[in-house]
Amino acid sequence: MSRVTSAAESPRPAGDEPLLKLAGISKSFREVEVLRDVVLECPPGEVHAIVGENGAGKSTLVKVVAGAHQPDRGTMTLDGRAVSFHHPRQAQAAGVSIIYQEFNLLTDRTVAQNIFLGREPTRGPLIDRRRLEEDTVALLEQLNVSGSISPRAKISDLSVAQQQIVEIAKALSFDAQILIMDEPTASLAPPEVEALFEIVRQLRERGMLIFYVSHRLKEIFALADRVTVLKDGDQVATTDIGSLTPDSIVRLMVGRELSDYFPELAAPDDIGEVRLRVRGGSNQHISDIDLELRAGEIVGLAGLEGSGRTEVAEAIFGVEPFETGTIELDGEQVSIRRPRQAVDHRIGFVTEDRKTQGLVLPRSVLENTLLPLRTLSGHDRREREAVHEVAEGSTLTMQLAERVDLRAASLDQEVRFLSGGNQQKVVFAKWLASDAWVLLFDEPTRGIDVGAKAGIHDLMRGLAKRGAAVLMVSSELPEVIGMSDRIVVMSHGRIAGELEAGASEADIMLLATGQSNGDGPDVRHPAEEVAAAKTAQEDQAAETAEATADSELSEVTSNPHDDQMGHDPGEVSG
Amino acid sequence: MSSPPQERTANPARSLLAKFDLTDMQSGVWLVLLAVMAVGWILAGPNFVGGGNLTNIAVRAVPLGIVAMGQTLVILGGSLDLSVAYLISVVAVLSAFVMDGDPANIPLAIAVGLAVGVGVGLVNGLLVTKGRANPLIATLGTGLVMKGLLSSRFAAQTGSAPREFQLLGYGRVWGFMPLSILLLLAVFAIAWWLTRGTRFGSHLYAVGGSKEIARLSGVRDDRVIIGAHVWCSLTAAMTGLFLVARLGAGAPWIGPDGIYDLESIAAVVVGGTALLGGRGGVPGTLAGALLLAVLDNMFNALQVDGFLKSVLRGVIIIAAVASYALRSKRKDVDIA
Amino acid sequence: MSDTTKPADEGRVPQRQQPAASRLDRFGGHALEHLKASAPILAVLIVIFAAIIYLNPAFLDPPVFLAFLRRAAPLMILAAGQVFVIVSGGFDLSVGSLITVTVVVAAAITEGDPDALIPVMMLVLLIGVLVGMVNGVVTTMLKVPSIITTLGMLLILRGAVFYWTGGSPTGALADNFRQFGREAFDLPVIGQLPYAAIIVIAVAWIATRLLHRTAFGHQLLATGGGARAAQLTGVNITRVRIIAFVLSALSAVIAGILLAGFAGVSAQVGQGYEFRAISAVVLGGAAIGGGRGSVVATVIGALTLEALFMLLNLLGLPQPLRESVQGVIIIGAVVYAGLRLQRSGG
Repeated sequence: MSRVTSAAESPRPAGDEPLLKLAGISKSFREVEVLRDVVLECPPGEVHAIVGENGAGKSTLVKVVAGAHQPDRGTMTLDGRAVSFHHPRQAQAAGVSIIYQEFNLLTDRTVAQNIFLGREPTRGPLIDRRRLEEDTVALLEQLNVSGSISPRAKISDLSVAQQQIVEIAKALSFDAQILIMDEPTASLAPPEVEALFEIVRQLRERGMLIFYVSHRLKEIFALADRVTVLKDGDQVATTDIGSLTPDSIVRLMVGRELSDYFPELAAPDDIGEVRLRVRGGSNQHISDIDLELRAGEIVGLAGLEGSGRTEVAEAIFGVEPFETGTIELDGEQVSIRRPRQAVDHRIGFVTEDRKTQGLVLPRSVLENTLLPLRTLSGHDRREREAVHEVAEGSTLTMQLAERVDLRAASLDQEVRFLSGGNQQKVVFAKWLASDAWVLLFDEPTRGIDVGAKAGIHDLMRGLAKRGAAVLMVSSELPEVIGMSDRIVVMSHGRIAGELEAGASEADIMLLATGQSNGDGPDVRHPAEEVAAAKTAQEDQAAETAEATADSELSEVTSNPHDDQMGHDPGEVSG
Repeated sequence: MSSPPQERTANPARSLLAKFDLTDMQSGVWLVLLAVMAVGWILAGPNFVGGGNLTNIAVRAVPLGIVAMGQTLVILGGSLDLSVAYLISVVAVLSAFVMDGDPANIPLAIAVGLAVGVGVGLVNGLLVTKGRANPLIATLGTGLVMKGLLSSRFAAQTGSAPREFQLLGYGRVWGFMPLSILLLLAVFAIAWWLTRGTRFGSHLYAVGGSKEIARLSGVRDDRVIIGAHVWCSLTAAMTGLFLVARLGAGAPWIGPDGIYDLESIAAVVVGGTALLGGRGGVPGTLAGALLLAVLDNMFNALQVDGFLKSVLRGVIIIAAVASYALRSKRKDVDIA
Repeated sequence: MSDTTKPADEGRVPQRQQPAASRLDRFGGHALEHLKASAPILAVLIVIFAAIIYLNPAFLDPPVFLAFLRRAAPLMILAAGQVFVIVSGGFDLSVGSLITVTVVVAAAITEGDPDALIPVMMLVLLIGVLVGMVNGVVTTMLKVPSIITTLGMLLILRGAVFYWTGGSPTGALADNFRQFGREAFDLPVIGQLPYAAIIVIAVAWIATRLLHRTAFGHQLLATGGGARAAQLTGVNITRVRIIAFVLSALSAVIAGILLAGFAGVSAQVGQGYEFRAISAVVLGGAAIGGGRGSVVATVIGALTLEALFMLLNLLGLPQPLRESVQGVIIIGAVVYAGLRLQRSGG
C-alpha cells in the first residue's frame, strides 16, 4: 500500500503551520475497523477532497473531525493545539463546521433564525431583531447572495441550493476555519454547482480549510488542491491533485480485495419461465419500463442515484403503482395498486430502510416473520402454509430462522434488539414464510457489516435456486456484478439497457450515464479498455460506487449492535 | 438530524403550496372569522355586528382566549396540556377563598393563584421532560389529582371576590372599553412577545420543529418545554382569577364546565398551529378563540339549544382539524 | 459454520422459551407472555387485595367479592376495548359519553317495556358501531389526531344526550335490560354468580383471542408498532385501525348495558370512564403510542383500579380523592414505563 504523504509535495503550504493535523486516527464500530491510522496535515486555504468507495471510511473521517465521532486512537491538532471533541457543538465552537447532505435546518423558521439558533443576539430580554437580520445580511453578503436570499425568508421557501448557502452562512457565523461539505452537489443543478464552486473558492481565498467529500471526480478536479483517497478504512493516498489523473484516482479507490465473496451465478438450466413481466410501466417517476424476471434468476437493477431504480421496485409492489402499462405474473395480467395486492400475488419487497419499512421494531421475531401470512385471507394463507409442511407458527418460524441462519436469543425477542444483519434475515424469513416467489430487494446489504453481507448474498441465491425470481436494486457495482445473472441499467427514469452476467463496471456506467444503448458489442470492453472508458465516465463511475457510502457508515454507527457474524457460504444455498 | 428540505422544496409548486397552507391557516382564520360574522349579520340581523354585541363577543372570548395563549406555547413546543381546566378551578376556588371579600387580600390572592399556576406548570413540565411521560397522560394525571383534591374540599362556591376585584370582570375604561378585553390583549401581547421577541420563543419553535436540530444548536430543550408549561399554567391561573372576578366567587366546577382543556386546544388548532409543534402562533389562536366566541354568540342569537351548540362545536372542531390535516403534507400526524 | 466474534448475548439457534406451549401460539402469543406482561400489575393487585382483606375480612365472602366484581365489570370491559385503540397508536376518549348514550337511549326508548329488549340491544350496539366507525374513519382517512377526533365525539355525544333529554333523561329501563348488570345465577357453593362476571370473562376471553391469537390482532399490533412497515407487508392499516375504534365503541356499549343494571339513568352516568379506562390500560403496561399491550394485563389493571378505589374507601379516604390517587397512579405508571424504555435503550 503506497501512501503518498502530504507536506513535502503540497502545492500550497500556504501557512507555516498546518491548520489541522491528524495523527494516527483510527475508529472501529463493534470491532470492525472502519478507519485505520489516518495521518493528515492541512494548511489553511486549501480545498481538500476526500474520495473513496462505498464504506471506505470517508464519512467516518469527517465525522471524527467534526466531533460527531470520537476516534479510538490518534490525535487531532487544530491551530497548534491538541483538541478532542466530544460533541459536534464543541467542534463548531472551535471553528469546525460540517454540512451534511441532509441539512440541519428548521424548515418553518427563517434564514436568520436558523443561522443564529441558540445564539440569538439579545438586547435585554429581547432578541435584537435588527442585529439578527443585519448580521445575517452581512454573512449573506460575504457569500454574495444577500440580493437573492432575504434573512426573513422561510427555509421551506428556498431552493435546495439556497438552503445549502444558508448552511454555509451558518458555518461562517461560527467563524469556521474548517468547513466540511458532505456530497454538497448531490441535489444541485449544474448552474447551482458552479455558483457553489465560486463560493467555495472564495472561502479558500479567505484562508478556510475545506474538506470536500464527493464522488464526482470532475468536481474534484475543478475544485480541490489536494486529495485523500481512502479504501476500506486505509488512507491509500494523500496527494496534490496535479499529480493525479481521474484514472489514477479510480485505480486507487477501487480494486476490491478478494475477501469479497459472491455465490455462483445461476446455471442456464436453473433459469425457468418468465415469472414477472412489466410492459410499458410508467408513473410520475419512471417511464416505459419493460422488465422480465425469470424463475431462478437474479436480475440486478443498476443506475445512478435518482435514476428510478427504487421507484421500479416500489411500482411493482404497489407502493407507488404504475399509472400506465401492465404487470403479468406467470403469464396472467394482474393489477397491483397497493402493497396488499402484491403480497397476495406472492411478491415480497425487502426495502432499503429496514427499521421503518421492513420491520415492526417493538414486536418479536416470530410476529414479524408471520406478519405477511397473517394479512392473507384464510384460503391463501392455508395454501401457503401448506408449502411449509408445518402448520405451526412457531415451528415454521424456527425452521425459517434456521434457514436464514438467524441469531437471536429467542423467537420472542423484539427485533429492535437484533443486529442489522440479523434484522435483515428476519425480513427474509418474513417473505420466505409467505412463500413469495417474486422478490424485490432494495439495497439488500446496505448498513450490514462485511461479515454478514455474504450470508445475505447466499440467501438471495438460495431463493433463486428454489425458483424465485429476484430483482436486486443496488448502488454497489461489485454487488451488482457479483450477484446478477442479468443486469438492467436505468438512467433518468428509463431503462437504458441490459447486460449479461459478468459485465464490467465500465459497461454499467456507460449505460447509466446514457452513453450507450447497451446492445452493441462496443460496451463490452476487455479489461484493458476499462480504464480508457473510465476517462470519459470516471466521475459517474465513482459516483455510483460511492453514492451510498455515507448512509452505510452512518448506519453502522447508529447501530452499535451490529455483530460480526460467522458465516458458512455453503450452508444455506445448498 | 434529518430534515426533509430537499423533498419539500425540490418542487417549486409544492413549496408554493406549503406557503399557501401557512398563510391560509394563520391569516385565513381571521378571514373565516369575518365570514362567520357576516353570516351572523345576515342570519341574526344588524345588531349582531353592532358595537354592543361585538363587545359581548370579545368579553366572552376572554377566559378561553387567555388560557389558549398558554396552550399555544405548549403545543408549539410539541407538548400538550390537559390539566388547565382543573387548574382554573383550583385557582378560582383558592383565590376566592383567600380574598374572602376583603379588598386587602387581593394581592395575596393573586399571588397565591399565580404561584399555584407556576407550581403546576413546573410539575407538568418536569413530568414531560425529565420523567419522559407522554404529555397527554401526564397532564391528564395532574388534572385528575387537582380534580380530586378540589372536590374533596369544596363542594359549593367558595369565598367571595370584593367589589374592587370584580372590576376586573365588569369594569370599563374610557367609558366603553371593558377591562377584561384589555386583560386578554395584555396576555396576548405577552405571549406574542414571548414567541416572537425572545430567545425562549425562538427556541420553542425550534424544539417543536425538530428536537435534534435544536439540541445540535445548543438549545436546552427540556428547559424550553418546562418554560412553556409554566407559562401555560400561569395563563390558566389568570383565567381562574378572571372567572372569580366575573362570578364573584370561586366555583369548583368552573373549569371543567367550560371545557377549557379541549376548547383551548381547539382554539389553538383552529388558529392554525400544528398539533405536532413548531408551526403557528398566538395571533391565529386569538382569532380561533374569537371565532369560537362568535359562533357561540351566533348560536345564542339564533336561539340554538345550548346542548346542540355543544354538538355543533364538536363537529366544527373536527372539521377544522381535518381540513388542516388533509392539506398539510406531513404524513405522521396520526399519533396522540 | 465459522465462529468469528459472536456476541455473548445472542445464542446460536433461537430457542422458543417454552416449546411445549406451541399448539396454542400460532399467532404469536401464549400463556407465559400474558403472565409476563401481567406480572407487575398482578403483584400490585395482590397487595391491594391483601390490604383490603386485612381491613375487611368479609371481602373474601363470595357475595361480597362478587358484588365487587359486578361493580368492576363495566370498567374491565371498557378497558379491554380501549386497549385495542391504544396498541394501534391512538386514544379513544369518547367511550364515557358513549356509555351515557347507551343508558339514556335505552331508557328513553324502552320506557320499561321488557319486550323491547332485543330491538334496543340491537339499536345501542348499532350506535356503538356507528360511533366507532366515525371515530376510525375521521382519524385514519381525514388524518385528524385521534385525541381530537374522540374528544370532539365526546362533545357531540354529550351535547346530543343533553339536547335530546333536556339534561334530565326520562324513561325507565326494563328489568330484563337491567338484569345483565344486576342479576346473578344461584349457584350451590359460592352462592351467586353475577351475570356481569360471566360477561366480563367472556369479553376478556374474546378480546384476548382477538388481539393475541388472530390475524387481525397481529396486524393491529404491527400497525401500532410500525405503521409503514406493516403497510409494506400487506397490512391494510386503515381498516385495522377503524376496527379497533369500533371494538372500543362496542366495549363502551356493553359497559353501558352493565352499568345500567345498577347505576340508574342519568346524563352523567358515563362521565369520567374514558380516563379510568385509559388509566387501566396504562396500568396494564401498554405502550402509549402503540405496538405493545396485553388484554389480560389491561383487564387486571382495571380490576386493580377498582380494588384500589375500594381500599381507599375502606381507609376512609373521601370519595373525591379517589381521582387524585388515580392521577398519581397513572403518572407513576407512565413515568415508570418511559424511564424503563429509556434504560433498555429503546
